[in-house]
Amino acid sequence: MSLLDDALLDDALLDDAMMPGAAAFLAEKPAATVDRAATDAGARISTASQNAAQTTAQAAPERDAQYNYAYLDEQTKRMIRRAVLKAVAVPGYQVPFAGREMPMPYGWGTGGIQLSASILGPDDVFKVIDQGADDTTNAVSIRKFFVRTTGVRTTESTAEASVIQTRHRIPETPLTEDQIMVYQVPIPEPLRWMEPRESETRTMHALEEYGVMHVRLYEDIARHGRIATNFMYPVLVNGRYVMSPSPIPKFDNPKLDRSPALHLFGAGREKRIYAVPPYTEVRSLDFEDHPFEVEKWDECCGLCGATDSYLDEVILDDAGGRMFVCSDTDHCAARRAAGHVGPMAARRDLKELADRTAAE
Amino acid sequence: MATMLSVRGLYKTFTLHTQHGAQIPVFHNLRFDAASGECVALAGASGAGKSSLLCCLYGNYRPQAGTIAVYHDGAHTDMVSAQPREILEIRRRTLGYVSQFLRVVPRVSAQDVVAEPLLALTGDREAARDKAAALLARLNIPRSLWSLPPATFSGGEQQRVNIARGFCVDYPVLLLDEPTASLDAANRAEVVRLIHEAKARGAAVVGIFHDEEVRDAVADRLFHLDAYKAAA
Amino acid sequence: METSLHAAATAAAFRETPAPFAGPAPGPAPLLNVSGLTKYYGDMLGCRDVTFALWPGEVMGIVGESGSGKSTLLGCLSGRMAPSSGQVAYESERFGVVDVHRAPEPVRRNLLRTEWGVVHQNPRDGLRLAVSAGGNIGERLMAVGARNYGTIRAEALRWLREVEIDATRIDHLPRTFSGGMQQRLQIAANLATGPRLLFMDEPTGGLDVSVQARLLDLLRNLVSRLGLSVVIVTHDLAVARLLAHRLMVMRRGKVVESGLTDQVLDDPQHPYTQLLVSSILHA
Repeated sequence: MSLLDDALLDDALLDDAMMPGAAAFLAEKPAATVDRAATDAGARISTASQNAAQTTAQAAPERDAQYNYAYLDEQTKRMIRRAVLKAVAVPGYQVPFAGREMPMPYGWGTGGIQLSASILGPDDVFKVIDQGADDTTNAVSIRKFFVRTTGVRTTESTAEASVIQTRHRIPETPLTEDQIMVYQVPIPEPLRWMEPRESETRTMHALEEYGVMHVRLYEDIARHGRIATNFMYPVLVNGRYVMSPSPIPKFDNPKLDRSPALHLFGAGREKRIYAVPPYTEVRSLDFEDHPFEVEKWDECCGLCGATDSYLDEVILDDAGGRMFVCSDTDHCAARRAAGHVGPMAARRDLKELADRTAAE
Repeated sequence: MATMLSVRGLYKTFTLHTQHGAQIPVFHNLRFDAASGECVALAGASGAGKSSLLCCLYGNYRPQAGTIAVYHDGAHTDMVSAQPREILEIRRRTLGYVSQFLRVVPRVSAQDVVAEPLLALTGDREAARDKAAALLARLNIPRSLWSLPPATFSGGEQQRVNIARGFCVDYPVLLLDEPTASLDAANRAEVVRLIHEAKARGAAVVGIFHDEEVRDAVADRLFHLDAYKAAA
Repeated sequence: METSLHAAATAAAFRETPAPFAGPAPGPAPLLNVSGLTKYYGDMLGCRDVTFALWPGEVMGIVGESGSGKSTLLGCLSGRMAPSSGQVAYESERFGVVDVHRAPEPVRRNLLRTEWGVVHQNPRDGLRLAVSAGGNIGERLMAVGARNYGTIRAEALRWLREVEIDATRIDHLPRTFSGGMQQRLQIAANLATGPRLLFMDEPTGGLDVSVQARLLDLLRNLVSRLGLSVVIVTHDLAVARLLAHRLMVMRRGKVVESGLTDQVLDDPQHPYTQLLVSSILHA
């Protein structure tokens, strides 16, 4: 039941690295049926309990010496690091780079993986999340890929990681100067929705012609009465370049503003790298009379009771039962380990599910 | 009396390129003056070039040679060599012209058609529309028609709207091309009164009047074009 | 913003070099001074040696049959197409005299968004069909820095009213509009930033007669009320007569005759103009 068509891959490495655990696989799927949805909820709980057990980074594993360190050859990594330097020098500017074919399809994070491959050193501690979770297919596979090709130590703890590759989230735990965030970017060009011509968008960036970005927000308000864009919410970096923060929820946009960490964005298909250096101003676009706002929930996390984190809605049954849980699994587990209890943490059915999933 | 219009050495001929370059001479070396407060009636056989002369005076036709000095803004300006925007400015403030036919503009009401020249001159919409209403009333256009575009009016009604438009601004020089054709006696008399009023305020009037009664009533002198007929 | 600073600096540089057409112009200066404008496509002639001055408030029509170089000329005048030789000098409110084709691209693009407007024959070329009517009008405002939704919307409503589009259509996509409405929306979108100079390419082309009449009347009123200068390309002499103060007649890339609109149409001098007038007006 591999998610990948093995025939597409000529690299045996991926066969192994991409094989997800059952729980993780289910978590990746839309929660359409009762069973699957319930298992999903259980998986989250089980993951959380495992997390509580392993709060320290694992010891450095052996790397597979048949591959060059971090899969890419040294010249390629150097080329990418040069692109990164340029991206850091011009915050928010999309630097073209000679993206390589990676042993996985575009859309699986090839941009972020090339970035991580170029910056991971033997002393780094690596964390990978997908939609906030460490245990989803994409995250597990990428983590295995780097463990095998670099022997890097990995962790699920945000605080312990020195490099965090992410798809669609920024961790809730505040980042520090010693950390690098690596984002997987599907569409790097924020102007693309309004202007299909690449030559024209480049000119628009060069001349700071960003009026059309507000046209998009205007349309939102005209249609929905408010700015309904929730993901890939465009930002202005360092007062100069309009940038797509990748498909993170706009909830995470404020975390980019003057963040102590270095944020690197990699788009594999479109072969672009851009960056937000530490302590750079990142402003979400808005109108004077419709200021930027992040999502709010009436509920708290059902497991840890958090009221200030980004919540995922989980369907529990086909009778409308549902719960909200932290999207950031590490954050949720750490809170529960510290004694925080959410309103649904004690439910017997959920506990049973959690136990069953853990047993599997 | 100040000379308002002064024509010297005017030469006009039509070259019809679509008909193998046929030449139709109209007049040559024409000399003509019109003074403030007088009405000059153009006379001559049909085809003598009366209408062509009016068109040349208005800057509508381009003469091949000669000058047409119009007293405008305290000086004489030559209509023949003036730039388009100068001609438009002279037409806006100095030179009025009532053609034989109304050029209909879609969707514009009769009252606005009449008021337009005055509005363009003063920018005062209310005053312009008031004056237009007064003129339409004097020329017996039923009030019910004022708000309608004149495209559907009868020939006589269109002609009266056209006259009202020509008299809406108190032009110092007025060119009239058969203003009373197709009008009944009462309206003819009203047009005669309008011309008298124009002369009284000092306008120089140059016109073509086929109706002898009207011509005798308004013209101070006749100007015969036959003498300037160019040889074919 | 940096762009505007840059543009202002450029503009200052322009003022220091003597204006190429500075002359003892009495009263106000021409808005547009065009000299020797020539455009070749390879060895094919687009337009040749076009020279004229357009004054504030003037509406100039460019007439001629298809392929006579009208649209090429319009493209060169509005800076969207580089001429082979010749100059277009524009008296800008913001930048002073701008030599349009030697000015840096930001200045040209800025003019196209602010002091100029371009009305295309096909509204699809001038509108974003996936953006609502209000968004299309608002775009020019947002492009020059408007960041208040309420203000932008109020302006959009005002301009919709000006072009006689019902206010209830403000959130509808232009693709649900009729051809005439799309064209009126395109005009509104151009007027939102209060331009002084409009370039129009066959604005009534492809519309049926009654729709055309309404559009013409609207344009006539807007142009005279807002005191706009206009260069309008049309092959329809009736449109030219209604809108234009003066005409240039083009044939095979060259201006064969020019003058006051009624002069050119009522007493055409050039054989080609005579042919044009006789074949179109008295068809």
